[in-house]
Amino acid sequence: MTIIKRGFAALAAGALSTALAVPAIAEPVKFDFWFGLSGDLARVVDTLCKNFNASQKDYEVVCTSQGNYDATLQNTIAAFRAGKQPTVVQVYDVGTATMMLSGAYKPADKLMEENGYKIDYSDYFPGIARYYATSKGEMLSFPFNSSTALMYWNKDAFAKIGKTEAPKTWEDVGADLKALKDAGYDCPMAINISANESWQLMEQFSALHNQPIATKNNGYDGLDARLEVNKTKFVQYVTDLKKWYDAGLIKIKSKDLGQDMVQAFATGTCQLILTSVGDHGTVGRTQKEGMSWDVAELPVYAGTERKNSLVGGASLWVLSGKSDAEYKGAAAFLNFIHDPKTALFWSTNTGYIPVTKSGFNFMKSNGFYDKAPYKGREVAIASLTASEPTEITRGIRLGNFTQIRAEFGTQMQAIFANKVSVQEGLDTLVKNGDAILERFQQTYPGKTLP
Amino acid sequence: MEKRVTFGRWTIGILFAVPQLILIFTFFYWPAGQAVYWSLTLQQPWGGGNIWVGLDNFRSILANADYWNSITASMIFAGISTGLAMVIALVLAALTDRQLAGSWLYRVVLIWPYGIAAPALALAFRFILAPEAGFMAVVNKVWPGFWDPGLDGADAMASVIIAFSWKYVGYNFIFFLAALQAIPRSLIEAAAMDGSGVIRRFWDIQFPLITPTIFFLLVINITESFQDSFGIVDIMTAGGPANATNLMVYKIYSDGFKGLDYSGAAAQSIILMLLIIALTIVQFRFIERRVHYR
Repeated sequence: MTIIKRGFAALAAGALSTALAVPAIAEPVKFDFWFGLSGDLARVVDTLCKNFNASQKDYEVVCTSQGNYDATLQNTIAAFRAGKQPTVVQVYDVGTATMMLSGAYKPADKLMEENGYKIDYSDYFPGIARYYATSKGEMLSFPFNSSTALMYWNKDAFAKIGKTEAPKTWEDVGADLKALKDAGYDCPMAINISANESWQLMEQFSALHNQPIATKNNGYDGLDARLEVNKTKFVQYVTDLKKWYDAGLIKIKSKDLGQDMVQAFATGTCQLILTSVGDHGTVGRTQKEGMSWDVAELPVYAGTERKNSLVGGASLWVLSGKSDAEYKGAAAFLNFIHDPKTALFWSTNTGYIPVTKSGFNFMKSNGFYDKAPYKGREVAIASLTASEPTEITRGIRLGNFTQIRAEFGTQMQAIFANKVSVQEGLDTLVKNGDAILERFQQTYPGKTLP
Repeated sequence: MEKRVTFGRWTIGILFAVPQLILIFTFFYWPAGQAVYWSLTLQQPWGGGNIWVGLDNFRSILANADYWNSITASMIFAGISTGLAMVIALVLAALTDRQLAGSWLYRVVLIWPYGIAAPALALAFRFILAPEAGFMAVVNKVWPGFWDPGLDGADAMASVIIAFSWKYVGYNFIFFLAALQAIPRSLIEAAAMDGSGVIRRFWDIQFPLITPTIFFLLVINITESFQDSFGIVDIMTAGGPANATNLMVYKIYSDGFKGLDYSGAAAQSIILMLLIIALTIVQFRFIERRVHYR
């Protein structure tokens, strides 16, 4: 199956490159950019590409959506093995470790330097930059679409129980959920427990509480890192979530069941959700008429010194094996994306946040955050910059993390279906996750993360 | 005296066979050979190199409880969905064959499900069987908590089985109807004149005469239920909850394509291939004996 797919990708890539290459003199140099966004977001990327092509005459970027992040990485690998890789590719956050070991990229900082662009890397929000940087702080890829997790809360419902502010601690959340239930709300809080929610439930929670997900500083210091979420504060968190679920304070909402949690919140069915700032626009567009809601930073347990939350999203990698002219084009493109004006365009049309301080300040000075529908999104920046990143909160650098997220979903489902206890489920998560990490380490013998 | 076309030289025969052989080699033996090679190595996804590990991939897969769970789930899925799809199709075909009022309409309509692509079909069933929004929401209103495929593995398995069977009822129906219509009318009419009822005629005349078709469909349905379930599982349950619907073919996809574990996925596809071959041999060896070819 893999081979056939690889063959098709190679054929497609081949057809594309013969059609697009052969640059005549004075024709702009064309290069490919593959990305993983679809729908509305893909249209915004297309506009971004058009703007770049219109902004200068030397280069032309050809932007192709591959549907989703997984497919983008898959197709890029297939194309790379066939020697038909795109010049620039968007790779999601958890693919960073895989990319770093691939030996298939051109370091972004080197590329910019060679082509004469001066990028001030300290301008990036540290929480974003360090997620994608090496352990020594070099930027191998450029942060692109970025988000973080927030708590969305229904002000009308909280007003009914006499609250005008979002709960700040999980203890308060517990009490508020109970009060909401007593006030007649059937679904005080909605969560989902699939692989996708590893991000807000496990990864963000651990960062905010400065709790490790894996040894070796979440994998930054070596491929022999192993999971340890079965003995951190995360155990208490899952225990509480399960307790609230059993008491009917939390409902599980997913697309498979008929309504996902963002819809459940926007229609006023559920009063509290934890999701990406990227959903801010969706909630605003689809909310029940007249519903009053807001976003807040994710809660922490009482007595916790709050740390920065983690960035989610993807970064742009430049692949090896392309011509100098294409690299010049790629550098110009990355420089264009780095521009604060592009940040304003990008954040206005998507729910993503600016990745640089100058981009953020430019947007603030333009009054972006002052009025609806964008008001509230600055909370995401506050959450990302709540502290200097610690050794643990700079990010997660684990191999095949997609599979570990899948394992998270599996074990959470087993826990919530009462098949196993919380501790048993998390022990199994660690055991199976470690097997995945061990296999990753065996695949790259003698290699170390940069 | 039997007539035979013969070639003067054996090379001509070979020449005629070559195009076909090249096709089979390129699209079957070569990729299958690659898969075998990958299953014996650890492949770096970006092609940076590989390490020979012998049978380690197979050992680690077969030592994994999740994999055995996946095999069990696949067997349950194959057994129940094949049974459902074949029995329902046979009943519908037998009724249509009786020329009841409006049977010309069923004949056309019942074939349609097979023409629907698995993901589209899965989306439709995801809605129909959604506990909070679809048809099952009504049932859940009457018995709260009765249907919960989001957390109850048995309910999730039932959903994918229903969707898969629904599709293959259409496929099986065509074959059953064709087989039933090939039975000479005179046989049935003679039995009717002898006073046997509908059910009796079905068991004593029609059923024995269509056993070759039943056997053919059994082999096809079991094979397809191992291979064609992917689209439905991907859209409806993504293998969950808690791996309850993580069928073998879906696990190959998620390990290989999402997890970039090409070697493990290759080893799993070899095991799946061997399993399907073994099942088919068993069917030919033990079930085909009871088939009466005319």
